[in-house]
Amino acid sequence: MKRYLIILLIMLLPAGASALAPEEVMKKSQEAFLYQGKDFKARVMMKLISKGGQERIRELTMLRKNYGESGGAQKYFMYFYQPADVKDMTFMVYKFPAKDDDRWLFVPAINMVRRIAAQDKSSSFVGSDFTYEDVSGRDIEDDNHTITKEEKLDAKDCYVIKSAPKAQDVDYSYKLSWIDKGSFLPLKEEYYDKKGELYRVFSADEIKDVKGFPTITKRTMKNLLSGHRTEVTYTKADYSIGIEDSLFSERFLKQPPKKWIE
Amino acid sequence: MKQTLKTNNQRLIIKSKSFLSVVCILCSVLCLLSSAIASDVSLHGFVQGNYSVNTDTSNPDGSDFKWAGERAQLKIETDVEPLRFFMKTDVFYDHIDDASKLELREGYADLTSSSYDVRIGRQIITWGLGDLIFINDVFPKDFEAFFSGRPLEYLKKGIDGIKLGMYPSFASAELIIIPFFEENNFPDPDRFHLFDPMPLITDREEKKPSSTFNNTEVALRLYRDVAGFDASLYFYRGFFRQPSMLPDSLTAPTRIDLFFPKLSVYGASLQGRALEGVFSLEAGYYDSREDRDGTDPMSPNPQTRFLTGYQRQLWEDFTLGLQYYLEYMHDYSAYKANLPSGFPLEKKIHDLVTVRLTQFLIHQTLRLSFFSFFSPAARDYMLNPEVKYNFTDNIWAAAGADIFGGGEEWDQFGQLDKNDNIYIQMRYEF
Repeated sequence: MKRYLIILLIMLLPAGASALAPEEVMKKSQEAFLYQGKDFKARVMMKLISKGGQERIRELTMLRKNYGESGGAQKYFMYFYQPADVKDMTFMVYKFPAKDDDRWLFVPAINMVRRIAAQDKSSSFVGSDFTYEDVSGRDIEDDNHTITKEEKLDAKDCYVIKSAPKAQDVDYSYKLSWIDKGSFLPLKEEYYDKKGELYRVFSADEIKDVKGFPTITKRTMKNLLSGHRTEVTYTKADYSIGIEDSLFSERFLKQPPKKWIE
Repeated sequence: MKQTLKTNNQRLIIKSKSFLSVVCILCSVLCLLSSAIASDVSLHGFVQGNYSVNTDTSNPDGSDFKWAGERAQLKIETDVEPLRFFMKTDVFYDHIDDASKLELREGYADLTSSSYDVRIGRQIITWGLGDLIFINDVFPKDFEAFFSGRPLEYLKKGIDGIKLGMYPSFASAELIIIPFFEENNFPDPDRFHLFDPMPLITDREEKKPSSTFNNTEVALRLYRDVAGFDASLYFYRGFFRQPSMLPDSLTAPTRIDLFFPKLSVYGASLQGRALEGVFSLEAGYYDSREDRDGTDPMSPNPQTRFLTGYQRQLWEDFTLGLQYYLEYMHDYSAYKANLPSGFPLEKKIHDLVTVRLTQFLIHQTLRLSFFSFFSPAARDYMLNPEVKYNFTDNIWAAAGADIFGGGEEWDQFGQLDKNDNIYIQMRYEF
């Protein structure tokens, strides 16, 4: 009897969506969003736009290298061009699964490399509407995932996944993600606060093919409570460019190699 | 703070040394040359107003300002393969001295290869883990800038020398060679009320170590990762950057020579993630080479210095930093036995506790910060609250206060008791 029920259920499910568990979808999404290629480079332009329309610019080169499988360790290297008071600043992150990041900051005015505390993953990244977790990802195991529905978004078939944090370690009570069934990139994310109200929305505004990898080259995070939003554009995006392990060191934090930051 | 007592706090006039001029001219010429051949030249800098007003009493010379000046800084950078040139120079007008001045903050050439790099010229070097506490950072500082409400970067002074970086697989190394001695800059006795153990002797002469081969300062740092911790070993051979007093007679002095005793430092540090934050340990042995047995009352005794620090983000954009620092004077009984009368007796153990609180608000454009020193041994303190706001990406302003007190009139911060000030810094950066 049970067997017939299962067959019946499978027949009722829409074609092509049958086998994937929500965790699988999120895993593939994480891979497509944050782990493509052996390494990755992009020039990142962030526009922080207030409700009144005042803009602030954060411009940086981001370099990322994978160590191990998707969901595994990664190293990030960032070099800032703008604004003027942070020009030549560099920032390095060693990201580990299921463990706090190691972070280092180089302050050029006094030629100092300093480790910085990195516990709060929901802290804003350089004052933008993106958090550190939005930039470098969140462990899949930290949330309970369920597929709430499947629907089209911008003519693309999507899974809609609800992710509820197991611990009270972030500001939201749950997140809904629209994951493209084709590319597995998140096309939209909605963050709901503890009262269940929608307050933060992510959207992928432009997706381009870079070396065969679909890549979100324009994205926006909007805070509905403050009216503040951050628009991010990636230019010069590239994958598997042969970033050396040695880049992620104090030496190059102090003297970022020209070939990587131009 | 035995050395503190021995300084005369003589004001350091920014001198245009011949070496400085040469580097300055060299860099300018190279920059111009390279721009002429259409190479990439990057030009940045700022225009700044910085004023600090006494809140307690006027300066000893009657002025009400600890600092008042406008300043423009230019940063020029260019590449002429395989070299890179960088120059950071300030032009400023000092309202207290009523004079305009030129200061080369940094000016150097870089040569980089895969396994080593060399930097020659005036450069700022920062070592060690302390937050405003320095054990293995033996490089020159400007404490007057720090106490008079200037931006923090002015606490550091450049060295004129060579830095060689080497990167073999087992560890990285930085070797610094400094042929031209540069002392610390201490508060000017015309601007600051300070303790002076021999106030009546005004005939004083500073004797800096001459630039000979034997006097060349050498500093070495070896560092690598050890089980996820950043580990460093340090070595320095040179001089104390704070002058000691040498009176012509201890019973009836008529003049004082200010000299810089020989110093070697052996140190180590370790920093990493622990207890949900960043944990730091640093130590150094100060080998006072001219007073190893502690019997010379005019040279500092050997010391061991320890620092432990902890930093943690408690909630979004709020960071707490705590430090405990301790210095232990060796051969204390010899020091006590030889201390001339009239000089205040230092403690065998001097310590400091620091607290730093930082809160960012409004998309990290508003920063509220608080820093305090407190010495459990001397019971003196310094407090530094500050508010900084970035009006736009190019314009920011900061306002804060330096408050000193407690302890005795000769203690590190106790002697600064009458120098409380509030300050403002405004900057347009491009």
